[in-house]
Amino acid sequence: MSSPNGVPTKITQGSGTKGGIGESTLRPDGTLKVTGEFAYSSDMWHEDMLWGQILRSTVAHAEIVSIDTAEALALPGVYAVMTYDDLPTEVRNYGLEIQDTPVLAHGKVRHHGEPVAIVAADHPETARRAAAKIKVEYRELPVITDEASATAPDAIHIHEGRDDHHVGHVAHPNIVHRQPIVRGDVTRAAAKADVVVRGEYYFGMQDQAFLGPESGLAVPEEDGGVHLYIATQWLHSDLRQIAPVLGLPEDKVRMTLAGVGGAFGGREDLSMQIHACLLALRTGRPVKIVYNRFESFFGHVHRHPARLYYEHGATKDGRLTHVKCRIVLDGGAYASASPAVVGNAASLGVGPYVVDDVEVEAIALYTNNPPCGAMRGFGAVQACFAYEAQMDKVAKELGLDPVEFRQRNAMEQGSVLPTGQSVDSPAPVAELLRRVKAMPLPPERQWESSEGADVRQLPGGLSNTTHGEGVVRGIGYAVGIKNVGFSEGFDDYSTARVRMEVVGGEPVATVHTAMAEVGQGGVTVHAQIARTELGVARVTIHPANTEVGSAGSTSASRQTYVTGGAVKNSCELVREKVLDIGRRKFGSYHPAWATAELLLEGGKVVTDGGEVLADLVDVLGDEAVEVEEEWRHRPTEPFDLRTGQGFGHVQYSFAAHRAVVEVDTELGMVKVVELACAQDVGKALNPLSVLGQIQGGTVQGLGIAVMEEIIVDPKTAKVRNPSFTDYLIPTILDTPTIPVDVLELADDHAPYGLRGIGEAPTLSSTPAVLAAIRDATGLELNRTPVRPEHLTGTAPSTD
Amino acid sequence: MRVNFTVNGRPQEADDVWEGESLLYVLRERLGLPGSKNACEQGECGSCTVRLDGVPVCSCLVAAGQVEGREVVTVEGLADFAKQRSCGTGTGAGACAGHTDATPDSAPQGVSLDEAKAWAARPQDSHTGEGAQLSPVQQAFIDAGAVQCGFCTPGLLVAADEMLERNPDPTDADIREALSGNLCRCTGYEKIMDAVRLAAARQGEAV
Repeated sequence: MSSPNGVPTKITQGSGTKGGIGESTLRPDGTLKVTGEFAYSSDMWHEDMLWGQILRSTVAHAEIVSIDTAEALALPGVYAVMTYDDLPTEVRNYGLEIQDTPVLAHGKVRHHGEPVAIVAADHPETARRAAAKIKVEYRELPVITDEASATAPDAIHIHEGRDDHHVGHVAHPNIVHRQPIVRGDVTRAAAKADVVVRGEYYFGMQDQAFLGPESGLAVPEEDGGVHLYIATQWLHSDLRQIAPVLGLPEDKVRMTLAGVGGAFGGREDLSMQIHACLLALRTGRPVKIVYNRFESFFGHVHRHPARLYYEHGATKDGRLTHVKCRIVLDGGAYASASPAVVGNAASLGVGPYVVDDVEVEAIALYTNNPPCGAMRGFGAVQACFAYEAQMDKVAKELGLDPVEFRQRNAMEQGSVLPTGQSVDSPAPVAELLRRVKAMPLPPERQWESSEGADVRQLPGGLSNTTHGEGVVRGIGYAVGIKNVGFSEGFDDYSTARVRMEVVGGEPVATVHTAMAEVGQGGVTVHAQIARTELGVARVTIHPANTEVGSAGSTSASRQTYVTGGAVKNSCELVREKVLDIGRRKFGSYHPAWATAELLLEGGKVVTDGGEVLADLVDVLGDEAVEVEEEWRHRPTEPFDLRTGQGFGHVQYSFAAHRAVVEVDTELGMVKVVELACAQDVGKALNPLSVLGQIQGGTVQGLGIAVMEEIIVDPKTAKVRNPSFTDYLIPTILDTPTIPVDVLELADDHAPYGLRGIGEAPTLSSTPAVLAAIRDATGLELNRTPVRPEHLTGTAPSTD
Repeated sequence: MRVNFTVNGRPQEADDVWEGESLLYVLRERLGLPGSKNACEQGECGSCTVRLDGVPVCSCLVAAGQVEGREVVTVEGLADFAKQRSCGTGTGAGACAGHTDATPDSAPQGVSLDEAKAWAARPQDSHTGEGAQLSPVQQAFIDAGAVQCGFCTPGLLVAADEMLERNPDPTDADIREALSGNLCRCTGYEKIMDAVRLAAARQGEAV
């Protein structure tokens, strides 16, 4: 079969440029992306290809009485229709940790939009029409939508006969996982409290809303295997789940990363991967599946909505005595990443504060709501929203400045977390708050200036709902803590293959990893590391695929740390080999070859004193040096299932925000005027990309503060707003200026001292905006997002 | 049905077009121009923005038949379009002497200006970019770090280029208003603002 259009190619960057670590090197794929030439997974195309379509359940919880595919199959242009009965092997489920997700529904559907059948046809519209002709008869079951209905004694078990490794320590089979954290003596500590503040909070369901919908092209191969070009966050995790369902050994499922249009956690789970492969193998034709936005809302997991119950105690002098909390995450119908999200929510549930006496419980439920799993911030986001609201309440009770109160309780290097883990790298929590508070404030009441009001900068914007009347300003602060990397004993390694050779008279390094470049700029950083370590100008980035070992997931803020660490390590090994060649060829000409510390710089071998010993072109000659090695950060360990104690996380990341909002109190419209951030990044490998991550994460936090929420009908568990018309993400008009203060305090455990940065800004952004709205309005506001009706007192009491 | 129209200055003929197909579908699937992106198919995200007789439109909301006899500019043609405009022909229909292989003229590439230097970027070459003729706004998006995943980029470029054509010296509020129909999920828009300010500043300097 001929090769499809859009196959990723090597990208070479940098002749005559430096662009090592610490520089704002520009993206190697930038030109392709601005000219429209960069091929995303949805741009893949093959002259013989068919289009796949998935039929999804129209109800949330039901037995499937019958499926009739005859009419669909009879439609001209349809090549295949497949249901559960057509699956080729006995492996018919998949899942990140618990294999509880059916490839196609079997006997029962557990959430609205679950895949029931798949179709391949010669035009996407034909495929859609054929899917609509499949007759599925459902016998509806009562829906489970919250903790009360999930754990009722007579509740239907969403998954009958669970045998996963969490079922033994949960109180009900509709609880996926439970993680308590117990430290000190909360009862005794509470007796010392001068004030005790309790609160109940609700965090709405957020969608990743990456712009490039789920898509890929599966091409059948002559050896009976399949080649899948796919947008994902982790090729090897996909491969491990796909191959058994197809009944193929892993080496017959070749995977290549196609262009990825954002991810934010939403591509950790499989979406259309297996479906496209099944249809390709069934028809013998390449099959492309591209979700539209409507389907994308059903096609990936969301951020867990959560109910959070907190109790904070403090003494008059502003010291926290104790924290109790209970975090109930709604995992929806399938486990996805719920167990790990529970671990994060529990272990980070108290926030970046020193509290010796703590009782935390976090659980995730199985319900008939949409499945929830990974999204940027991963359990720490929900907790941060609640504990920061609590910190403001306690400060208010004590009559203390909210920043001052936080600083008095802020953790620092050497502090011990509720898990018993000592924070053994910089933790500048108080300093980040100081910095963000010290930034100049935007001018007030600009509408009263001589230039008058520009309605575009006021609440309601172009709707022209106010010229300043009824508008009040508020300021709020928040700070958060996020773990970096996979935790709880997971073997979180990455692999890098680095090759060095002379091409066209110039030394060139080629970096080949399976890292998913989802937009974050990992490919830029890899080229920078290769330049710094190998002293070359020219670096070629090989397309990511499964011909090289796993790079782990592009998530948990881990790729620069772990795959960056792997690239650095492989570069160092390549350098040693190159120097060995040099010593062999030229060692007798200069004693420094044997005695000095040698570096590769500017295409040459130099001593640490700067003396040039040889040109890399002469050292390498016709030889190519190549190394492929796995690299690991220091190991972590699981949290104890009863006490939550353990060295569970490898690194922490901290960010603080100050939000300035203006609220039209009459109409409930909010304008975020400025959202300033201070973050410790350890070492900014690429300062420009660091800003991009911080500002992007900040705006996703803004979204869940004031607009984003997937609305699920509590009576039917059906999704009510699966579109960009009804699920709003921030536009450029909703977004304020985002000044950023970057702190670089090295973590000595990490490559170059770097700290994973992608997620921390998503944590504190939301509570800072909420605090600012509370400051402006005086309202309690215990849920997010805040909509106009929550500010005008016209929200239904159930909301 | 058959649809005849002009895309990026070249006459195109699309055959076997089903009446329900959008301009976006015809561009992507029938004419091999996948630069315009499909992210919502209902005119909310702007990723599919193209110029239709000069007017920015969401090509997902334009029925293919509506473009019969009309002129479309996509991101793939943006550099040529900007070049022809700088030669004074404006709509992209006219010719500019040697426009296919001319050296950069009024569009200085890789020049950073003090006004727009909040970022510390320096332009770099890549083998795929070397010799590529980029419009000022395309170059500014690269230089300012406005591209992350890049899925929104083509639509934003077409919209930003059109705004700068109308309003060469926009205020921040003007930029935000003009780009409010283009969603981006990666950048938080700050670097996009920087890029458009940079393109405007370079454009101003070049005059």
